[in-house]
Amino acid sequence: MMSTLTTDSVADAGLSPLADDDLRLMLMIRHFERKLLSLFELGELNGTTHTSLGQEYIPVAMSALLDMRDFVFSNHRGHGHYLARHRDPCGLLAEIMGRDGAVCNGVGGSQHIFRDRYLSTGVQGESLPVATGVALALKRSEHGQLACAYIGDGTWGEGSVYEALNMAELWGAPLAIVVENNGIAQTTPTTKELAGTIAGRAKAFGVSHYRTESTDINRIRVDLAPLLDRVRSRGEPLVIEFATYRLGPHSKGDDSRSPEQMRRVAEHDWYTRYAAEYPAQFAAHDGEMRALIDETATEVAARPDSTWDNL
Amino acid sequence: MRVAENLNAALHAVFESNQDLHLLGEDVLDPYGGAFKITKGLSDRFPDRILTTPISESGLVGVAAGMAIVGTPAIAEIMFSDFTALAFDQLVNFASKSVTMYGRHLALPLLVRCPTGAGRGYGPTHSQSLQKHFIGAPGLSLYEISPCHDNAELISGILSRATPAMLFEDKILYTQQMFADGRADDLFSYDFPFPGTDIARVFFDDPDATDCVIIAPGGMVYRTLKAMRDLLLEHEISCTLLVPARLYPFNAEPLLPALRQTTAIFVAEESTAGGTWGSEVAQQVHSRIWKELKQPVTLIHSADSIIPTAAHLERRVIVRDSTISQAVAGSFHG
Repeated sequence: MMSTLTTDSVADAGLSPLADDDLRLMLMIRHFERKLLSLFELGELNGTTHTSLGQEYIPVAMSALLDMRDFVFSNHRGHGHYLARHRDPCGLLAEIMGRDGAVCNGVGGSQHIFRDRYLSTGVQGESLPVATGVALALKRSEHGQLACAYIGDGTWGEGSVYEALNMAELWGAPLAIVVENNGIAQTTPTTKELAGTIAGRAKAFGVSHYRTESTDINRIRVDLAPLLDRVRSRGEPLVIEFATYRLGPHSKGDDSRSPEQMRRVAEHDWYTRYAAEYPAQFAAHDGEMRALIDETATEVAARPDSTWDNL
Repeated sequence: MRVAENLNAALHAVFESNQDLHLLGEDVLDPYGGAFKITKGLSDRFPDRILTTPISESGLVGVAAGMAIVGTPAIAEIMFSDFTALAFDQLVNFASKSVTMYGRHLALPLLVRCPTGAGRGYGPTHSQSLQKHFIGAPGLSLYEISPCHDNAELISGILSRATPAMLFEDKILYTQQMFADGRADDLFSYDFPFPGTDIARVFFDDPDATDCVIIAPGGMVYRTLKAMRDLLLEHEISCTLLVPARLYPFNAEPLLPALRQTTAIFVAEESTAGGTWGSEVAQQVHSRIWKELKQPVTLIHSADSIIPTAAHLERRVIVRDSTISQAVAGSFHG
């Protein structure tokens, strides 16, 4: 059955209180990403990175709806996805810094991580056919499990997305596609790279679509829980579209948006809104998570280089 | 038994013995059984494990790779190997890289079957031999069917190695006979004299006392055999043919004793010139025994051209038995 459901940010006039654990996880991701940008500025990191500043609530909202037997696919902007799944800032930072204890020995880096049914790849759209294959295999051997794949609005330019949507719907794959529609693909606004709507594209394949502008993860979970149950039990693919905001640059210092645009983006930041609405709870956890990430960075930076026995 | 029948029987056998194996491809269901009938009978016998796909080569290879990543072995059929270009990303950037790019070895039992080559008048985009474009991608193995190699053994071996592989299947070879009982035909015998390799040897009389060695993938075997007959009977030049099933990675080391003894070495392949499998083989031979060679390895391939559709034009472009015999005879007679 196909449906399109939408909730909007009007409902977010007051954010519902967060469980400490959820708040801490969101803050862990925020401070992790900020730390990466500052390490880059200090010249401590090699290569590039893509931070999820502003979008941290999405994987945290999803994490309560997924279990460890579900398979999660992530993309280039995947630190939040990984941390929400594994809560392992040490392993991830070591991976990005090429230090001992790196999740993938420093081989994959920021964009290519595989650990216990969590896999990220750096090429846009590539993961969706793979996720469809995983979903079909899970349906056969572990009925009730699903594959969840994070993509962006820009990813919808890739043909692989449509090949996967078509096959997933045809074959009843338990596949949840989470679209982090942050309105910008690298530097190109969505209005210049996406004709029609994501809802319309899902509809064309008979795939259910849910869209939310909310950053209130409690409300998002209430909406999504029954929809994901249907993905699991009936093997119906689902597109979940988060209208969200990227607070930071695409990678490092490559943001071409105007100050006025950035001001509007900042208005949507969950961080300042939760800080304002729940100051006591927020301040305590914020300080702790900031300190945790600072300590993690100091400790990881002091480790020896990672080793890889393939060479 | 025709090669197509051997391949079809091989697929039936691996599906019987492996209850998790899946196959995906376009038009693979019965009664059609695939454009070249290689999957015939499979969907009737294993309906849950044979998926007919939309025309989505990238997508279907990606789905197969996804199955493989969670331990479900998968075979993908690309109707014409020309269309592997559409799946290049999934093969080169995802499946083969995933074997090592996550910092540890990952098992990925994925086999992509690719009906290949010219000679049927299918024209420029349905006749190519694109093997060379996939050579040198770490984690990706290339194989080619031949009349020497039993496909059940070949395919079960590939799947058990659990790394992404492509199997190139010459479309003319489909219609030809498998060799059997050590005989290629009335004149030539074959054996597997190189332990630890899958390389077959096709020879006349004494294989250690031939004038030249031709190295060729399976799709070239019948053409080369015809050239060898002509060279033997018309020119009194004896040739030994070496046929590896795995084209890449390729290790020339076990062949070096045989190559040292011969007067001339050739590599014959159907692809166009430039960055070919043959040049990879030649480079290996040159770098190891250059000083012992009487002449450099000669590469034989199709013309530097697209493949025309009309039969008389196609014949002018594609390597034929006469292309091989002329190249060999020319090197002996100047």
